[in-house]
Amino acid sequence: MKRIVILGGGVAGTLTANYLIPKIGDEIRDRKVEVTLITDRPYQIYEPGYLYLIFNRLGEDELRRDIRELLDPSVRLVVDRAVRIDTENQKIICEKETHDYDYLVIATGARITPEDIPGLKEAGHWFYDLEGSKRLRSALANFKGGKIVISVIGVPHKCPVAPIEVAFILHDFLKRRGVRDKSQVVYTYPTNKIFIMDPVTEMIQPMFDERGIEYRTFFNPIEINAKEKKIITLEGEEEDFDLLVAIPPHRGAQVITDSGLGDKGGWVPTDRYTLKADGYDNVYALGDATNLPVSKAGSVAHFQAEVVAENLAAEIKGIEPTAMFNGKAFCFIETGWEEATYIWFDYFTPPQPVVPSKFVHFVKIAYNKAYWLTARGLL
Amino acid sequence: MDVESDRVIDARGSYCPGPLMELIKAIKEEDVGRVIEVWSSDESSAKDIPEWVKKAGHELIGVFKESDYWRIVVRKTK
Repeated sequence: MKRIVILGGGVAGTLTANYLIPKIGDEIRDRKVEVTLITDRPYQIYEPGYLYLIFNRLGEDELRRDIRELLDPSVRLVVDRAVRIDTENQKIICEKETHDYDYLVIATGARITPEDIPGLKEAGHWFYDLEGSKRLRSALANFKGGKIVISVIGVPHKCPVAPIEVAFILHDFLKRRGVRDKSQVVYTYPTNKIFIMDPVTEMIQPMFDERGIEYRTFFNPIEINAKEKKIITLEGEEEDFDLLVAIPPHRGAQVITDSGLGDKGGWVPTDRYTLKADGYDNVYALGDATNLPVSKAGSVAHFQAEVVAENLAAEIKGIEPTAMFNGKAFCFIETGWEEATYIWFDYFTPPQPVVPSKFVHFVKIAYNKAYWLTARGLL
Repeated sequence: MDVESDRVIDARGSYCPGPLMELIKAIKEEDVGRVIEVWSSDESSAKDIPEWVKKAGHELIGVFKESDYWRIVVRKTK
């Protein structure tokens, strides 16, 4: 029997499992193949929902589902923490048990490491994990005016457009709360523009200007002076704040680093088309875990999962795997409390945002609920 | 060019997070004195990266046009 092990229970892992099973139904039934998904927690969180949780527009319970509920019943679910991947002996060593594999799918995601920037944990807020989002929700609810700095510190970070979205929504939130005229909103970005993709920058920069959202560019924080509430940058500048909404640094999963499978950031070197981990014929990597120069976003994990599932199914059936990932990404961009645009792009096509509208915003709101169908492999 | 790079970042075909962000990541990770080379198929990198290198106070060794991409070579100086 061939053993396929998927390591990770986020979008990438869950979708790979759910796309794969229907393609190898006969082999599963005949017990020629077993698909195991290993995850360190028994639930999945819809992380794009943090952007809504901080403004009290979605609650914690709406963002969380039992992972067993999402997975095809044929998938063997193991809730255990992987501590090492032994590629030589094709084993995953977990805290409780060890699992053998013939094919491995690495979907271990990204984690935030605010501890990489001295002072950030003490003085900063963020919306990149549940605890941080709940803390920020409380800070925003109690904000009575002052200077808010939204600072992109992590490169790369999950959901490249989220910092823009939080700036726009925050502007409207402060207006609705009657404190916008007593507040300064400053957005900082590491490059010389306010966003890496020119067509997006061209659209949003005038919108920042209209709303009085200030911005600083070529701004790469290296330290937060928690006592004086000041950001200090790699370029030698300082910026003070009353409330810091940081996009913290990110790294790959600890198990990747501990297994010697990652680069310096803990990202798995991966072929940009085949999604095979460099140097391994039976190991795929996808989603936030890879070193690929594509967005770390749920949509990318979704499109990659289709490719990995197709190629794994082909390998199981003894067919040449020919599916290729073309870099496709799709992102909604909220441009206000009830207004949004969207972009899609791939390795060969730059993004072209559409004029923001209420309609696109309501599609996003609907997708916040419909995501659970995507997770099940249905949408 | 007679400077040998310690690290080459192939960011060709990248729109997001982009070649400059890849370089900034490398600058944070590498030691002072190391030479980092970024490959980009995006023409604006040939202008934007030298601009950042100047602001951040590192040394731009050169921008070299290859057939369908640019090689931007930088030494971390602090």
